[in-house]
Amino acid sequence: MNKSIQFDAAGRLRHFLTIDGLSRELLVRIMDVAESFSSVTEQQVKKVPLLRGKTIVNLFFENSTRTRNTFELAAKRLSADVLNVNIATSATSKGESLLDTIRNIEAMHVDMFVVRHEASGAAHFIARHVAPHISVVNAGDGSHSHPTQAMLDMFTIRQYKGDFSKLKVAIVGDILHSRVARSEILALNALGTAEVRVVAPKTLLPDDPEGLGVKVFHDVDQGLAGVDVVIMLRLQKERMSGAFLPSEHEYFTYFGLTEERLAKANPDAIVMHPGPINRGVEIDSRVADGPQSVILRQVGNGIAVRMAVMSMVLGGYVDALGVTS
Amino acid sequence: MIDFQLSVEKMLDRLHAGLVAEITRRELHDPLMIGIHTGGGWIAEKLHARLGLHEPLGLLNISFYRDDFSQIGIHPRVIPSSLPFRVDGRDIILIDDVLHTGRTIRAALNEIFDYGRPAQVVLGVLIDRDGRHIPVQADCVGGRMDLGPDEKIKLSGPDPLALSIQCS
Amino acid sequence: MSGERLAIMGGRVIDPANGVDALVSVYIAGDLIVAVGDKPEGFATDQEIDAEGQIVCPGFVDLCARLREPGQEYKATIASETAAAAAAGVTTLCCPPDTRRVIDTPALVNLLRERADSVGKARVIPIGALTRGLQGKELSSMMALKAAGCVAVGNAYAPVENLLVLRRALEYAANCGLLVIVRPEEPALRNRGCVHDGAVGSRLGLPVIPVSAETVAVAQTLVLAGQTGAKVHFGQLSSARAVAMIAEAQSQGVAVSADVAVHQLHLTESAVDGFDANAHVSPPFRSQADRDCLREGLAKGVLGAICSDHQPHDPNAKLDAFPATEPGISSLETMLPLSLQLVEAGVLDLSSVIARLAHGPAVIMGLGAGTLSPGARADVCLFDTRLEWVVAGTDWLSRGINTPFYGSKFKGRVTRTLLSGRTVHCR
Repeated sequence: MNKSIQFDAAGRLRHFLTIDGLSRELLVRIMDVAESFSSVTEQQVKKVPLLRGKTIVNLFFENSTRTRNTFELAAKRLSADVLNVNIATSATSKGESLLDTIRNIEAMHVDMFVVRHEASGAAHFIARHVAPHISVVNAGDGSHSHPTQAMLDMFTIRQYKGDFSKLKVAIVGDILHSRVARSEILALNALGTAEVRVVAPKTLLPDDPEGLGVKVFHDVDQGLAGVDVVIMLRLQKERMSGAFLPSEHEYFTYFGLTEERLAKANPDAIVMHPGPINRGVEIDSRVADGPQSVILRQVGNGIAVRMAVMSMVLGGYVDALGVTS
Repeated sequence: MIDFQLSVEKMLDRLHAGLVAEITRRELHDPLMIGIHTGGGWIAEKLHARLGLHEPLGLLNISFYRDDFSQIGIHPRVIPSSLPFRVDGRDIILIDDVLHTGRTIRAALNEIFDYGRPAQVVLGVLIDRDGRHIPVQADCVGGRMDLGPDEKIKLSGPDPLALSIQCS
Repeated sequence: MSGERLAIMGGRVIDPANGVDALVSVYIAGDLIVAVGDKPEGFATDQEIDAEGQIVCPGFVDLCARLREPGQEYKATIASETAAAAAAGVTTLCCPPDTRRVIDTPALVNLLRERADSVGKARVIPIGALTRGLQGKELSSMMALKAAGCVAVGNAYAPVENLLVLRRALEYAANCGLLVIVRPEEPALRNRGCVHDGAVGSRLGLPVIPVSAETVAVAQTLVLAGQTGAKVHFGQLSSARAVAMIAEAQSQGVAVSADVAVHQLHLTESAVDGFDANAHVSPPFRSQADRDCLREGLAKGVLGAICSDHQPHDPNAKLDAFPATEPGISSLETMLPLSLQLVEAGVLDLSSVIARLAHGPAVIMGLGAGTLSPGARADVCLFDTRLEWVVAGTDWLSRGINTPFYGSKFKGRVTRTLLSGRTVHCR
């Protein structure tokens, strides 16, 4: 309906809010640009002046030091000025409305908001109401979308596996509450992945999961059989008190990724996790630290992918095929 | 279309001779050579061999330092710069194929100075054409050329190196 | 016969309660209808209203419209919203008890009615609270509310603490002869949901409200209604399953009725795509199949009334991330054109649409309104089915502009509204 909110009238990528509605070409371009930046980050001088003079505000309504750090580092490596605003502990608790908060920071002549919020749709709302010269990058909204995480995961998969059209990918865990899973499913399908699977108990799946474009498994051994990529999701402690699951122990016993379970996947399968890891809950330490784990590579790729997204958005990247609707 | 293939060799000779003289005049000590990707890299490779420099050749890709970034966006798959030496206190010979507006050289100097503080930088270009936007001049040139505002000179290579003039 | 004598001439009069659909005249003396059809003997017309090309029908009765007064005058007032009602052809509107100061005392009932009377744009029927302060714990003073003129009680969106309280409240209301209006929703199943548990909610990752939140509440209420003998009306149904359950209860002779909000007959879960806060409603828009069954239930009469479920908001109520916005649509003024679209879609004929807007809801509430019977109050609506207009600007009277239809073009518009024989709106 309103997917074109990410593009301006001239077809320039103005916001990066969701993978929904983005073309395969655009996703590939993000990965290509990220590849260029990863060479920068490996160099002696890790900084380029592309966004010199720009001001990027990390607007975090939900605490996430890890994600904020990678966005901050990415912005700084592009030579932007960075302002970190942690609203979880400041304004809204004083009763200031979300829009007033935005207006206040807007008045400081900033160029980009990187937004993390606990409510689905928050980034869309902000994008719809910011001044026309400001771009919004979604750093995670509720259970809806976390597009830069999805892109760094795609980038990591491409580094190890190349062509998506031959891949079987299994996403295991709390799909229902996972913005990462939703964005990954969209990205994997847009990139033409042969088979996307989700593996979870029914309590951790949304209504009609097949409608998202996945094959559904409730049994982890079946779900992992023959896959090339295993993406484990973090299990929040609140899921136990919310009656989604009986206990961490039972979850690990029946859904946790152990070496024996991983053996069901293809021998060269890679194991991914968006972090932070709950060792012994969704993943065994031997797998998390094992030879098939690419979890730390994901972290490194996070900076390059976020540099790519920020520079493409502020550089006014034109995607002729971007608006599919 | 004029065939410049022969003249590339001649211009290289002239640039080479100019650099030899400049090295003496400025008392460059054990200079490093850096070529600007892509055409400058090809020229630098030839001159590096001719001058018999013993430090490896450096290569600069100034994509991330361009000042027209907000107009043209970013190129994917940028081949990274490689400066396999420390630049601090060193004498540097910077090589490009065509000196036109001067913006590329500005970007290149910015990038070099991000790596450190060289003692001296000498600029050598194969062709010095008209149309400067900023006050940048070459120390040594292979040849000079005046072109129409719509004309562009382009070096193709690396083997053979050839120049062509294109109208846009 | 006293007062001014009006004759509404040349219109197509549709009065479903009396089986009238003809090009006839309506004669009014003072605040009452005196005749439909032939001019009564000795009727000396003071004013003639030309209704050529218009539909002439009973003024509409809206079972659920929030006026926000008292307590939320920053959203809307009785004056602003009854003016919108008059422009929408609504002459009687029932106002749920969940104003900022809950309608649980005769004083509040009187206050609302007096304010409405002094504005004089529409008749306001306050629904009393079922429990004190809508807290769901103790019974409200239902006998006193009835004595103050309440005909129905309800708990609006507020949950009743447990089934024992609900049982006792239904028993006591039955004892008082009060209708109980129930917006069926099991709070535990609703949880913190804000959209339908379906494809769009799954994709947008919004907290969901399953259909069972509605059906479980309908089932529980039906059982307790049967046990207590209370007369129950279900407001603003959203699901196919709930309609089927009510149809079954009705076929078994249970005295139970139900209505549907007009926008539920049109929009589905896809309206919230792109996080459009103006499509945030409670109950949520559900699937296409649900919408189709609501239409079918309306056509069959299982749903006896269309209501506006009017909820005007201040702009800030919708300016936040979707789950943090307040639900509800300012919907009085789009009720008629949206209902007329049902005729065009072949869901039901024009006479039945008018029945669901006027006589149907009046019967549910036990009001003598919604007809043009001689002797009835002269609440009359004239509208033009061909008139095109755009939802915007000065053509919009409600103080709330929170509607997903803002800027949309509609066909069909009220041209004149009479309340007790007095013109309260004229275009």
